[in-house]
Amino acid sequence: MMRSPSLSSISRSEKSLFPCLFSLLFLVAFLDSWWRAGVRPFAFFEKEGREHLWKFLTGMFPPDLSWNFLSLMFYPALETIQISIMGTFIAVIVGFPLGILGTRTFSVGGVLNEAEVAGSLSRLALRWSSYTMARGILSLFRSIPEFVWAFMFVRAVGLGAFSGVLAIGVAYGGMLGKVYSEIFEGVNLRPLEALQSTGANRLQIFFYGWMPQALPNFVSYTLYRWECAVRASAILGLVGAGGLGTQIEISMRMFNFSEVLTILLILFLMVAAVDYISAKVRAIL
Amino acid sequence: MHQYRLEKISKVFGRRQIAVDGVDLEVERGERVALIGPSGAGKTTLFRMLNCTLRPTAGKLWINGDAVSDLHGKRLRSVRRKIGTIYQQHNLVPRLRVVHNVLSGNLGSWSTLRSLASLLRPQGLEMAYRALRQVGIEEKIFHRTDELSGGQQQRVAIARVLVQDPEVILADEPVSSVDPSLATAIVRLLLDISQNTHKTLLMNLHSVDLALAYFPRVIGIKDGKAVFDRSPDKISDELLEELYSGHLPDSQENGLIDEESKSLIYQ
Amino acid sequence: MNGINPEIERPHIPWPSHESSGRPTLWTYCLLSGLLFLFAWSYQGSEIHLTQLFSREGGGQIVAYIKKLFPPDLSPDVLKEAFRGAIETFAISFMGTLLAVVIALSVVFFASRNLIYSGLLYEMEPKEGWRRAVRLIPYLSTKSLLNLLRTIPEMVWALIFVFLVGLGPFPGVLALGVHTGGVLGKLFGEVLEDVDQQPIESLQATGANRLQILFYAILPQVLPQFISYTLYRWEVNIRVAAVLGFVGAGGLGQRIHIAISLFFENQLLTLIIAIYILVTLVDYLSAYLRRKAT
Repeated sequence: MMRSPSLSSISRSEKSLFPCLFSLLFLVAFLDSWWRAGVRPFAFFEKEGREHLWKFLTGMFPPDLSWNFLSLMFYPALETIQISIMGTFIAVIVGFPLGILGTRTFSVGGVLNEAEVAGSLSRLALRWSSYTMARGILSLFRSIPEFVWAFMFVRAVGLGAFSGVLAIGVAYGGMLGKVYSEIFEGVNLRPLEALQSTGANRLQIFFYGWMPQALPNFVSYTLYRWECAVRASAILGLVGAGGLGTQIEISMRMFNFSEVLTILLILFLMVAAVDYISAKVRAIL
Repeated sequence: MHQYRLEKISKVFGRRQIAVDGVDLEVERGERVALIGPSGAGKTTLFRMLNCTLRPTAGKLWINGDAVSDLHGKRLRSVRRKIGTIYQQHNLVPRLRVVHNVLSGNLGSWSTLRSLASLLRPQGLEMAYRALRQVGIEEKIFHRTDELSGGQQQRVAIARVLVQDPEVILADEPVSSVDPSLATAIVRLLLDISQNTHKTLLMNLHSVDLALAYFPRVIGIKDGKAVFDRSPDKISDELLEELYSGHLPDSQENGLIDEESKSLIYQ
Repeated sequence: MNGINPEIERPHIPWPSHESSGRPTLWTYCLLSGLLFLFAWSYQGSEIHLTQLFSREGGGQIVAYIKKLFPPDLSPDVLKEAFRGAIETFAISFMGTLLAVVIALSVVFFASRNLIYSGLLYEMEPKEGWRRAVRLIPYLSTKSLLNLLRTIPEMVWALIFVFLVGLGPFPGVLALGVHTGGVLGKLFGEVLEDVDQQPIESLQATGANRLQILFYAILPQVLPQFISYTLYRWEVNIRVAAVLGFVGAGGLGQRIHIAISLFFENQLLTLIIAIYILVTLVDYLSAYLRRKAT
């Protein structure tokens, strides 16, 4: 015999602490951040703000499309693309092995490792430490923004594209590695168990079982990262790591907004081109 | 020297879940044995120990006279290579082409480098073709595996075992997910292979009829224990009723233990 | 020997035609070689000499620099600055992400096809050309606007806003808000376009108007996704906010710029550690909230 619960008893049981606590914290964070970040919502209505805005908008149009300027931008633009490609390449080299080691079902858990580690504490410890170290390194690499990596590398190995490549390689390597291991962990383990039963070693199981299943997501995300890398490479120039960034800084400093607009248009075209290429590559798979 | 010798083999999951409880078993080379019993009785777990995927919690296991409880690394893999396993489902990697799935039977004997090379250019194409011809689906050799039906995929799995050329074939409910019309054919195919090549065959079966009809030795497993082990003519209806008492004889009741133990392993 | 029947004579293997097999086609070869060329060109152009990395020169320089960074400067003044910078960075990312959500939500309804001009909601509209064209205009302009906001990197926006409103954390908030607004606008638009049609259909059949359908059928479906995407972007934004200060937009970035310019490497390490801690905290917070939201 069911008794329909009364309205008040429903609401009492469903009410939990979380929404109240959350709203409170949110409000506190909101007010504090508003004050701390110096938010001035009417900045553009103030006299100075309006003046600057006007100067900016009128200065931008028309964009500087003189042959002089465009030819000057040609090499930095190419350099930006080059940095993005090499940077992404190194990121894959960094992220791929670390991502594999950081995949729980590859290193320490699941049916693939049961028999190997059972009864041997030392082997289990070895697996765990390689797993944890791989994840730790990836976390370190991706928590430090590539900008920071860039100027550290600039300090270490000098100005130029090399630092940009290294910075992207390290920072994006961390990101790729983390996502790679998430992709790998989402794979169906049962065919892998079947492969294991033929006596295959872990690498063979990886290439025959994991990669085929993970390939579409793997390529898709790597291409997406390359797109981001193009934009990042453009920016890293601001610290002297090559590419268009240096040019943007120069133009901004000289308040030459029409040049800035041109550079932005070039950037826009480059990203569109990269977008197109990656869509084509994705279609093949 | 027996092919398999089990002495008081037990497997406990977590703290209290006893999947296999003190099983003693001896299987000779070339024997054909069927295992029957209700779902969740521990048959799959037992098989997993027989093909060295799981380690027993207690008891000893000898394969060809070698104690295998303590092996790892290369030696473990060389033992696994001698045992071919066919699962109920998900034997094959879906996005790979059939040829690669079949040739993966060689992974135990190929070096890592060679197996990678084979992904680009299949090594041993003829061998794969012959194996597929034997199971009757050679025309699918370059198709993607997920384009095949369930029954066809099972046959590819059998082809893989042929390529692997093990001493023992373990088949864990190989026909439970297959059309009943096809089931008998697949069971008989495996029996033929075992007979012609003197390979030991152990098969988990849901269908008691198939077991009694084709196997000279049938073992009944219930609650992790082996309750009988004899030839079909000595198995009475009462014995079967005992075995399945308290359980539905069909696959309707998916034994909690089996599912849970599976999830424990797959985490 | 093998289980394979030797009586099967030398097999005639049915080599597949190009479409059914995975054999790479000519087009794939072209694309692959094109990519390879692109790659080789990048290698020589980016002046990167991979051997240099392992040589005395390159690798040695990196190691030497790392040595200079340690130990981190843990004096109370530096720690105080690091802490203030961290909170400021948090504030910038927080307000910036909120601004982005406001921007995204205000325009997103114009940026989803199914809410503006096609799909179920508009099946019964008269199909006159000009009506459709009128509805197309806000759609196209919104999409372009979002594109514009997205493509310009946050750094560049920061430079622009520093010019417009001066130094400090506020231009950072604006830069983050505007750029992320474009990103979220696009993502939200895609979510709205992929929304499940069934509830819309049934509500439409009861005679509800578009606004009601919005609130009863569409919003409940998309809200968890919106929250999820926003939290993901917050993780990205905290990293960006940390460096926007480099161009004068406050937070840890500003302090890092100072430390770098004055060659205070030990301070730099402290600030980097601060970034690491901050970013990790936000990552955890974001993951936690995402779990709660779905």
